[in-house]
Amino acid sequence: MSIRDRLSGNEAIATAMRQINPDVFAMFPITPSTEIPQYFAQYVADGKVDTEFICVESEHSAMSACLGAEAAGGRAVTATSSAGLSYMNEVLYVAGSLRLPVVLAVSCRALTGPININHDYSDSLAERDSGFIQLYAENNQEVYDNYLMAHRIAEHPDVRLPLMVCEDGFITSHAIENIEIEDDTAVKSFVGEYKPENYLLKEENPLAVGPYGVSGYYMEARVAQAHAMINAKRVIKEVAADFEKTFGRHYDLIEEYHMDDAEIAMVIMGSSAGTAKACVDELRGQGIKAGLIKVRVIRPFPAEEIAASLSGCKAVAIMDKSEGFSACGGPLFAECAGACINMDARPKMIDIVYGLGGRDFTVAAAKSVYERLGEIARTGQTGPVYVHMGQREV
Amino acid sequence: MKQAKDINEQIPWQEMTVGCEIYEPGTSRLTKTGEWRSKTPEWIEDKCKQCVLCAPFCPDASIPVKDGKRSEFDYEHCKGCGICIKVCPFDAIKWKEE
Repeated sequence: MSIRDRLSGNEAIATAMRQINPDVFAMFPITPSTEIPQYFAQYVADGKVDTEFICVESEHSAMSACLGAEAAGGRAVTATSSAGLSYMNEVLYVAGSLRLPVVLAVSCRALTGPININHDYSDSLAERDSGFIQLYAENNQEVYDNYLMAHRIAEHPDVRLPLMVCEDGFITSHAIENIEIEDDTAVKSFVGEYKPENYLLKEENPLAVGPYGVSGYYMEARVAQAHAMINAKRVIKEVAADFEKTFGRHYDLIEEYHMDDAEIAMVIMGSSAGTAKACVDELRGQGIKAGLIKVRVIRPFPAEEIAASLSGCKAVAIMDKSEGFSACGGPLFAECAGACINMDARPKMIDIVYGLGGRDFTVAAAKSVYERLGEIARTGQTGPVYVHMGQREV
Repeated sequence: MKQAKDINEQIPWQEMTVGCEIYEPGTSRLTKTGEWRSKTPEWIEDKCKQCVLCAPFCPDASIPVKDGKRSEFDYEHCKGCGICIKVCPFDAIKWKEE
């Protein structure tokens, strides 16, 4: 039986970790993810898990320790944010190329500078090409559910890739919500045991990982890794289907909100989607055909699904909660525009960079975006494609 | 299970192991890494007292020892680091004249 309980996003992740009881947790604290190892340390002290809890000296070491544990055949986890994730950067690519299914919880936080502890996606989206699968959540329930699905996706033999479970720093990581927590045994049976066929000290045939791959091998290794990410799309859907069957909550690569007949739409990630949905409800009440796509999975990128969903729209705003400094739009805009490039009739598309470093995103702000989209749909004039929203300016 | 001897620069990506993993030990024998060498040590057998101090110091196990005696370098794996030259108490190893 599931129970309802009040948990922050961080505590929800720590609870999922306790239920899964991983072999190794290599931890290094950084705001706002610190609570995850903090809660978990209590579970270790109370004997609720038998995880090897290693306090390492940096995030680079945390991810490195996870790789060692995974290569040895264990299930390894860690958590980080912002500069900590950047400091892991080198090792994230190693995890991806070694195809070791580490699960990393990220409480997404702005990158310096100016130095800032609040939410945007500059940390996690900067790692979108690292070879990690990336799942994003709108609220605490989704963070918990994504974490329950994470190991099964990452460890699937057709995938075997590391995975980030991303939540919005402070907004989701620290805000407390009433959520459904599943029964420990039900979680254990859903997630299952991790028993890789090969591992470092396997007696019959010891494993060697990370060989030198010169130009005669590198291309083949990368193509194989790229195909694993393509396979991940199918596996994420399969695991979500089994999750729905087991626990009753539905997940997909994207969530479509009033998209069936939408003429104007927003593509958005994370907690902001909840705010924007309230705005869509308001506009629908006025007879305006507004819709929204929430992107749950950024890697692998659901390009076909987004293009299909946007195919009936006249004007679309891509909402970027990180600045990519490309001088022509944020990272989500580039991905969505790429997804639509071969459509026969493309909607007009603009990029709104908003909410950087925790700047508030409100229903009124969402409304102003839909008003602009309405104007574009009426006039056929796109106007400025790359704009920032919510900053003070003259 | 794929064996290291079957992994080569002719096989397609579909036949590579996951993450380039190698499922057996001791496979460096199959890879001739001696070509990295830019300088080459030379064993002067006349001066050698067979103390075999050089062998354990060699980082690449490129000094074969059998029945307590060393023999000629394994040039297919020697990287030419020169550690054997430094540790030999009898000047029985020197750089080859190029």
